[in-house]
Amino acid sequence: MAHVPDIAAPALDIDKIRKDFPLLQEKVYGKPLVYLDNSATTQKPQVVLDTLERYYKQYNSNVHRGVHHLSQVASEEYEAARHIIAAFINAREHEEVIFTKGTTDSINLIANVFGRGVIKAGDEVIVSAMEHHSNIVPWQIMCEDRGAVLKVIPMDENGELIMSEYAALLSDKTKIVSVAYVSNSLGTVNPVREIIALAHARNIPVMLDAAQAIQHMPLDVQELDVDFVAFSGHKIYGPTGIGILYGKREWLDKLPPYQGGGDMIKTVTFAKTTYNVLPFKYEAGTPDISGAIALGAAVKYVQEIGLENIHAYEEQLVNYAVAQLSKVEGLRFIGNPKHRSGAVSFLVDTIHPYDLGELLDKQGVAIRTGHHCAEPVMDFFCIPGTVRASFAMYTNKEDIDRLVVAINKAAAMLR
Amino acid sequence: MTINEKQDELISDFSFMDEWMDKYEYIIQLGKDLPLIDPKYKTDDNLIKGCQSQVWLHTDLVDGKLIFTADSDAVITKGLVSLLVSVLSGHTPKEIAESEIYFIDEIGLRSHLSPTRSNGLLSMLKQMKIYGIAYQVKSQQ
Repeated sequence: MAHVPDIAAPALDIDKIRKDFPLLQEKVYGKPLVYLDNSATTQKPQVVLDTLERYYKQYNSNVHRGVHHLSQVASEEYEAARHIIAAFINAREHEEVIFTKGTTDSINLIANVFGRGVIKAGDEVIVSAMEHHSNIVPWQIMCEDRGAVLKVIPMDENGELIMSEYAALLSDKTKIVSVAYVSNSLGTVNPVREIIALAHARNIPVMLDAAQAIQHMPLDVQELDVDFVAFSGHKIYGPTGIGILYGKREWLDKLPPYQGGGDMIKTVTFAKTTYNVLPFKYEAGTPDISGAIALGAAVKYVQEIGLENIHAYEEQLVNYAVAQLSKVEGLRFIGNPKHRSGAVSFLVDTIHPYDLGELLDKQGVAIRTGHHCAEPVMDFFCIPGTVRASFAMYTNKEDIDRLVVAINKAAAMLR
Repeated sequence: MTINEKQDELISDFSFMDEWMDKYEYIIQLGKDLPLIDPKYKTDDNLIKGCQSQVWLHTDLVDGKLIFTADSDAVITKGLVSLLVSVLSGHTPKEIAESEIYFIDEIGLRSHLSPTRSNGLLSMLKQMKIYGIAYQVKSQQ
């Protein structure tokens, strides 16, 4: 009889993947590290570290400037990384991919130029109740500056957006909608297709904060028909300090420039400066060249494993985590979304999350405690913070099991 | 016991524990001995700034000595507060103001606590010393 593969089994060789990440081999307090703070940042595979080193050892040079050999190599590699990322998110043109410092920088960029280019007094901007501070504050600053109003899509007790309320918020005054694809504090996957469709029906553009989505599920900007996307390199196994802004050309061409400086100009005189074309218009100054190239390497690494495979594996893992954590006495989840990705937030009895986090740390389990830069979410649930365990493609069942054991031990001490 | 004798005793107590989980167990236990603050003093004025968990601290001058009471919403924090209160409570404002607190470093708390926790502990110590100085000045007037 032919072998019938178990379709529930992961297509990923997790043991092999783990070997690619040097830091996962480390110990803390003499115990093997259980790293469950992947929503904050992911660890880096050897290929990313090698790419960084090779850049500085073999072709460190400024891009788009020099006529010399090294500068040409650096420029080619930097632009090659842009092509890799453009293909990864299926951008129509690679010029629509802008290198930034990260998600926060990308959102600030759009909030700033959209504010200056489009927003007038009385206009409205819509965000959601589960946003990270970096998708709230840039819009608040802009709204204050332009005399515009920030509107918020409410959520329910499960940590899901109330879509009827969203539909009711949309009006002729709405100029842009900016929402998280996946909530960093609750793990909720938002119905972004519906969010985009409803906005587009009124010709309103949509920005997605994909910081917690890009590493967990395939994202196709053309299929989504999304106008702007922001994400960070360090959350998808790349270096810190580099991130991406995707924007449709039709928008990026007509919006004003953001920062002024080198590379973003065509000609400069004291009377008048003309600006460079995309993507350089939004990349003033020397960029994070090594970071961009290494992010390209990280994305290639992810593509080789396959985001579809990663998505399928992580879904099983999250379900396993939810099932195992449910068995912990007194544990309650903060947010019970039907569609969850990457993270689980919880509290145990009345134990303060800081107490629990500290005792988990001393047992070699790295999780995050606190408000996760989403204070409005904590206010909504009337809690000081949560304990959040967040996952990556290298997380295994053993990590979850050790988390559960550590929680039980800590809770026994703290009760 | 003098402030330093109390500190030396704590250092000795902790030196018998090798595992950090044991030390935490002890800290949590000490939290249960903390003289609790009267709920009426649990005001924003008595909140220690710089703590991520909430800590309230109050002091009374009794027979020339400062008596501290406190509370926290986090158990480990409460234990850490209890350490400081047990060392400094019951001493004169002058003794408290002039005290040199070395047990935090000696026990290894500063390097093992999360930075927010250890900053909170230092804010707490600072506030206790400020009380010492304030009552010292007051008694000289």
